[in-house]
Amino acid sequence: MDTVLIVNFSYVIAAIFFIVGLKLLSHPATAKRGNLVSAVGMFIAVVVTLIRQDILSYEWIAAGIVLGGAIGAWLAKRVEMTEMPELVSLFNGFGGLASLLLGLSSLTISDASDLHVALLVIAYFSILIGGITFSGSIVAWGKLGGTMPSRALIFPGMRWLYALIILGALALVVVVATQPFDMKWFYIAIGLALVFGILATIPIGGADMPVVISLLNSYSGIAATAAGIAIQNNILIVAGLLVGASGIILTQIMCKAMNRSLMNILLSGFSKPIEQGAKIEGEIKALSAEDAFYVLEAAQSVVVIPGYGMAVAQAQHAVKELQSLLEANGAEVAYAIHPVAGRMPGHMNVLLAEADVPYEQLYEMDAINPRMDSFDVAIIIGANDVVNPAAKEMKGSPIYGMPIIEAHRARNVFVLKRSASAGFAGVDNPLFFKDNTRMVFGDAKDTLNTVIREFGD
Amino acid sequence: MEFIYLAFILVLAAFLGFELINKVPATLHTPLMSGANAISGVTLIGALVSAGSDNTELTTWLGFAAVVFASINVVGGYLVTDRMLSMFKSKQNSSDTK
Repeated sequence: MDTVLIVNFSYVIAAIFFIVGLKLLSHPATAKRGNLVSAVGMFIAVVVTLIRQDILSYEWIAAGIVLGGAIGAWLAKRVEMTEMPELVSLFNGFGGLASLLLGLSSLTISDASDLHVALLVIAYFSILIGGITFSGSIVAWGKLGGTMPSRALIFPGMRWLYALIILGALALVVVVATQPFDMKWFYIAIGLALVFGILATIPIGGADMPVVISLLNSYSGIAATAAGIAIQNNILIVAGLLVGASGIILTQIMCKAMNRSLMNILLSGFSKPIEQGAKIEGEIKALSAEDAFYVLEAAQSVVVIPGYGMAVAQAQHAVKELQSLLEANGAEVAYAIHPVAGRMPGHMNVLLAEADVPYEQLYEMDAINPRMDSFDVAIIIGANDVVNPAAKEMKGSPIYGMPIIEAHRARNVFVLKRSASAGFAGVDNPLFFKDNTRMVFGDAKDTLNTVIREFGD
Repeated sequence: MEFIYLAFILVLAAFLGFELINKVPATLHTPLMSGANAISGVTLIGALVSAGSDNTELTTWLGFAAVVFASINVVGGYLVTDRMLSMFKSKQNSSDTK
């Protein structure tokens, strides 16, 4: 039988496996199987590709797979769950880089007369998108891991530089399509893409990272699709689009959860801070961890609202321990997860899963808000902007209109926090000044451990 | 004709992607992203041909580098997703393990 036919048929099979795999990911109980199905699809596609007749030597292939596989396995084994945003950023970047290299290699084949204009242009786009994804992801990775400052970095004239690069990239499309084939245009494209990726990511602050990671995730898929068109390979096109769609949907969810447009987030580093509309009234009341224990001991229902601070303090296991004690004490415990809590979509859910919290006890914002009044205690661990009532009450606030977890409606609110300073958005939080709010200052993990000890006594 | 055929694939795959991903619950969004990383490593398929075919030396080298990075994504992506998903337990399961 024709090997080309066999290879292409195996790609159809692989596409089916990817699709079924993603379908199984729609429920936590079947998700693990879904991942396995997807992996089997990839395995089939890779193995069958190796029988292609235009593959003549296997040394470089074997060396590349062994090297890349070993690095990948090592990264996957040693990563802490709190570092998942960094790892996903890094993988986004590698995906972009692989597409860039693939686009470039499609231009270097020995018989350059095979290259027609459409292929040149699409290879150009795969190089451009791949490059932006790569350098953008590396910057995001640096910001998340702390090797770069996570705040927004801007410099004068940045907008002009943006505009210049975009114009340059558009001009190059025309050049590539009309001028005789010359590799130098593509090397310039790589340079433009790398610079643009860096410039696009550095003005974005830490709290907006969930959006950027999602967006770069989708770029890595779109880059793979572009590379797939350049080398005319259907499985790359289909799989790349599945990834691209996934990233775009996550980006939309994140934007909606912040009540901001994508453009606003991408260019937020340029906007001036908005004046606070109204003065906050009331005073901050502190509470010791010991006194917090007495309230918790009497509580019938407790809701825990985690944020990025829980990841920083590595407090998820202490949270789970407290949950067990509260439940043994007869209280109901629920978790309320805001879509943008943490540094990537679903960040909090993974940390709590690591600490053995059953996923049924994690509630989305819209599910928990209607019953917020019924909770005796809301414990806020390292979250700030996502519970800031200014989003509902203060028209002048920069976060006005953002949907929040309405923790202030619980009977008692405990805020576990290092200090009373503003959150990442730099917005004062009127929640800290409410009558039913008590601040428990200190490291979240230490505070939780003190409460846990009190339960033991 | 070939262009129309490609356009068909593009449109259908994009719609299919949106339909599938919309059904993934928020609690699984991190594994979804790392799983997507693994799937985007599908560039490995194209890289294999570049690295293994009889072409210029530059093609082989670029292909080899693409194989390395795509393999990191495929292997790392699937393994870390599996590791994460193993942690997601329902009430039933987590009380069994105690």
